[in-house]
This record gives sequence, C-alpha cells and structure tokens, in this order.
Amino acid sequence: MSPGTAAAEIVFDHVTKRYPGQERPAVDDLSLTIPAGEICVLIGPSGGGKTTAMKLVNRLIPLTDGDITIDGTSILDLDPVELRRGIGYVIQQIGLFPHMTIEANVATVPKLVGWDRGRTRARARELLDLVGLDPDEYAKRFPAQLSGGQRQRVGLARAMAADPPLMLMDEPFGAIDPITRERLQNDFLRLHREVRKTVIFVTHDIDEAIRMGDRIAILRQGGRLAQYDTPEAILAAPADEFVADFVGADRGLKRLGLRTLGEVPLLDEPAGRADHRPEATPETTLRDALSLMLTEGSNALVVRERDGHVRGYLTLDAVSRLLDAGAGRNGDASAGAREAAERGEAAR
Amino acid sequence: MSGALALAPAQAGPVIPDFGRGDECIRTNGNFCFNWFVDNFDERFLPRLGEHVKMTAIAIAIGFVIAFAAALLAHRHPRFELPFANLSSLFYTIPSIAFFQIMVPITGIGWTSIIIALVSYTLLILFRNILTGLREVPDEVKEAAEGMGLTRRQTLVRVELPLAVPAIMAGVRVATVTTISLATIAAFITPLGLGAPIFNAIQSGANTEFVAASLLAIALALLADAVIVLAQRAVSPWARARRRA
Repeated sequence: MSPGTAAAEIVFDHVTKRYPGQERPAVDDLSLTIPAGEICVLIGPSGGGKTTAMKLVNRLIPLTDGDITIDGTSILDLDPVELRRGIGYVIQQIGLFPHMTIEANVATVPKLVGWDRGRTRARARELLDLVGLDPDEYAKRFPAQLSGGQRQRVGLARAMAADPPLMLMDEPFGAIDPITRERLQNDFLRLHREVRKTVIFVTHDIDEAIRMGDRIAILRQGGRLAQYDTPEAILAAPADEFVADFVGADRGLKRLGLRTLGEVPLLDEPAGRADHRPEATPETTLRDALSLMLTEGSNALVVRERDGHVRGYLTLDAVSRLLDAGAGRNGDASAGAREAAERGEAAR
Repeated sequence: MSGALALAPAQAGPVIPDFGRGDECIRTNGNFCFNWFVDNFDERFLPRLGEHVKMTAIAIAIGFVIAFAAALLAHRHPRFELPFANLSSLFYTIPSIAFFQIMVPITGIGWTSIIIALVSYTLLILFRNILTGLREVPDEVKEAAEGMGLTRRQTLVRVELPLAVPAIMAGVRVATVTTISLATIAAFITPLGLGAPIFNAIQSGANTEFVAASLLAIALALLADAVIVLAQRAVSPWARARRRA
C-alpha cells in the first residue's frame, strides 16, 4: 500500500492504427520507449492521433499492427479487463460515477480486484489526502457537490487507487480554469515526484507539455512521430519546420522558463550603475528574470538567497549566452528544418 | 360523477332498499353519505380495494419484468427497439373496454384476462423510460468505467442501472397511476376491484357508492404515487445532491 511501488517501462514497437474505411492511418508506425517513472507527453494537432495512441495502450482501441509492451509484457497477451485494472485512467470529462460517494468512486478498482473493505477504505482516504482533499470533509459527498477542480482531484485519486505502475491521462486539466489548472499541474508534479509512476499524458497545450513532460512526443497529421525528446532538447533544436512551428516562435523564452536562477552559473558583480538593479530569488525562472530586467529597464539583476546574502548576478548578455550554449548544434529553426527535410528525403 | 347522477332513476323514495340505517341522507340519495360509507366500508369497499391493489401490483410487476428485459435487450442490440416499441404502442392504442372484452373468449372471465390487459398498457411507458434511463448515462461515465476495467456486465449493474433509477421510477409512477385508473374498467367483465362498486352504482343510481369508490381509487393513486417518489429518493439520494454554496 505504500505509494510508488513500481513504475513500468512502456515500449511502442512499430505501432499502427488504421480505422476501416479510412485511407490514412490514425497512428502510423509509432515507435518510442518511455522509461519507467517518467511523464511522457503526447502532443500534436487534432488528427495527430495522440488520444488514439494513448487508448491503444489500455486496448480501449484495438491496434492494427505492431505491439506495445509494459515492462516487457505485450498488452496483447493480457485480458483487456485485467490490463485496464492495472492502468490508471484519467479523462478530461473526469467521468466520476454520479451515484457513488467520493470515497466509493476512489475505491472502484480496489473493489474490483478484491481488496478487503478495511484496506480499500484506508487507501481511499489516504489518496484523498494525497490529492489535497480532506477525507473527513469530502469522503461522503457526491460528485455533484464538488467543483470541477475538486472533481478532477478525485479523478486522479481514483486512477491511482490500486497503485498502477502506469497512468494514462487524456487532457486531464483541459476543461479546468487556468488558475486551478496551474495549481493542479503543480500538485500533480509534486505527487509524481513522490509516487514515480510512468505517465502517458495527452494534451494539445504546448506550455502544459513543456511543464509536465520529462519527454515530449510530437505527432503530426496522420499519426506520425515528428520528434521525441526532452522539452529542453525540442525547444533548443526542433527537428523540422513543423515542430518549430508547433512549439512556437517564442521557444527561446519557453526554454528560459525551464531553468531557474539557482541552476545556472551566475556572475560576479558587473560594472555599471548599481542602483535600480532588480532582485530575484534562486527559484525564479530565467524567463521571469529576463522579463524583470526588461520591465525594470536594467541590464543586470541581483540574485539574493532567502537569508539575504547575494548569490550572484545575471545580465542580459549572460541570458543570451545561456540560450546559445544550450542550443547544441543550431538554434536556427529553418536551418534545422532543412537538415531534417534532407534527412527525410535521404530516408525515402 | 355527473354521469352517474344523470343515470339515477327519477322516482322519489328509497332507491336502495336496505342499506343499513336508512338515515335522511341515504333516503334522499345524497351525493355522499359519510355514515353509510363508514358502515359499509368493511363489507363493500375494503375487499374491492384489496383486489384493486392486488391487480395493480401484479400488473406492474409483470409489466416491469417484461419491459425491463426488453429494454436491456434493446440497450445492447438497438435493432430490437423498434419492434418492441411498435408492439407496445399498438397495445396502448386499443380501447380499454374493448381490450378487456377481447380477452374474455381467450382467457375467460377472471383475473387472467384482467392482468393481461393491464400489463399490456404498462409496457409502453415502462419500456421507454427504462431504455431512456440507460441511454442517458453520460458517455464519459461509461468510458471511465470501461477504462478502469469494469466488464460490460459490471458497467450495467454498477453504473448504468443505478444511474437509470430516476428515469425508471418516473416510468413506474406513471404506469402505476394509469393502471390504478384503468383497473376500474376491469369490473366491466367481472366484479373485481373498485370498478365493481362503480359499475354497481351506475346500475342502481346509488350516489354515495359511486362517489366513495371513485374517491378511493383516486386516493389509492395519489398514495401509490407518493410511496414511489419516496422510494426513489431513498434509493437514489445522489439525484438530489447539489453543490453546497
């Protein structure tokens, strides 16, 4: 019952899904490996097959070709019902059972797999607590008595109830207002650090993908994988024009949002006027630090620890050098795109 | 009621010779003689009331079983919906007096004929409500159920049916009230239920008997309706749960 028993490695092995009567496949020869315990975000335009790819894993949609393995076991070797009971499932519309109390909702899978009453109850309460809902207050309520954000917290708790090594999340925060969404994202990341499950997370929001993903798989029209890498690597070096376009012209800024002042080398006190220098904490992201300097009209910033002592300085020049250094081979999207296109031609 | 009053013979004097204490009210055939009603309740009304409850309960129970089975079938295989809906609509259109009369040569004068006719009238409303209730279960709820590994049967029993309860109970309400009303006509073929005193009073012109039996049928319908509403609330408390401020 302890949180975070195990996480599973998921492998998509040349997976194709073709719907009868449709010319183009929904998912086309998708191969990728998701290391155990990581959050893999599937993202792409509508028609990119991201939800389809996710639903292939728990066999809500049967695959046409290829195989998916969970810790080496093919999903085709398992009974679909048994398979699903071992995979947490969260959807955008949440789908709580309106006629059951919150506690009974969370207890759904433990009950299905035959846990005894005491253990099920204790687990349900533990999970409500874990997702930030006081069990004493909420356990006996019905879903209609909760707000949208609270309901999705229950949805999360329900998906984790039987401690599955894998969770599928289909735009889980998509229907929730921006402020609550950000809180839920942060809470989920904190939760994930504790329980370390493998997560396949579908979204159409690139900012959410960057925030949530250890890795991001970008799918293009027709369900083909355009790029699969860490957010940092994708932002630094988009594989082609499609990816560059998809992540947005502000991908440099987005990259800066991934790192905090505490994680980058800082400078000694630079020359120049020392007054009007804005101050920031080591937890501030580079993006926010840049914004602060631009807003304050200063080309340098003081990084101060909570205890008050100065950790170092950041300048506008330093920020642009950091962007350059992280870009690896080439930060120019169109050049990257040309390269990728050439490689694509060569492959054909 | 005015129909019965119009049917009352015109001559003066006691039309009903020997009804207990021939007090002023009953001698003048008043519209509702309470004392006479009380004196005659046990003998003339209580057994009929019991029969009425019994035929209604049997008809609803049998009708529910048939409609429930048909609705489950139509829910799983939609191609069965139209045939059953059409058949039950057809039953529903048969004039009730004619229906009871039609059954007599087939199943005789008695309970069987009455029950078959009453059951036939319950099918349409019960079938429609049960099927609607099952179909109105939100897709995301069904998807969540399937995604968590409930089998089809578990989804039906643990999710779809409980969620269909309010719609099903609404159907049972309407069917019950309708059946209580229709069951009075059963007395057209044999003196059973509250229809018996009504038909009797139409023949004899006894106003009190007519009014009392009719009021009992109305009271029974209202009571049954209230009981079903309370039962529905008891079994589906969630349906009234709303977000607290």
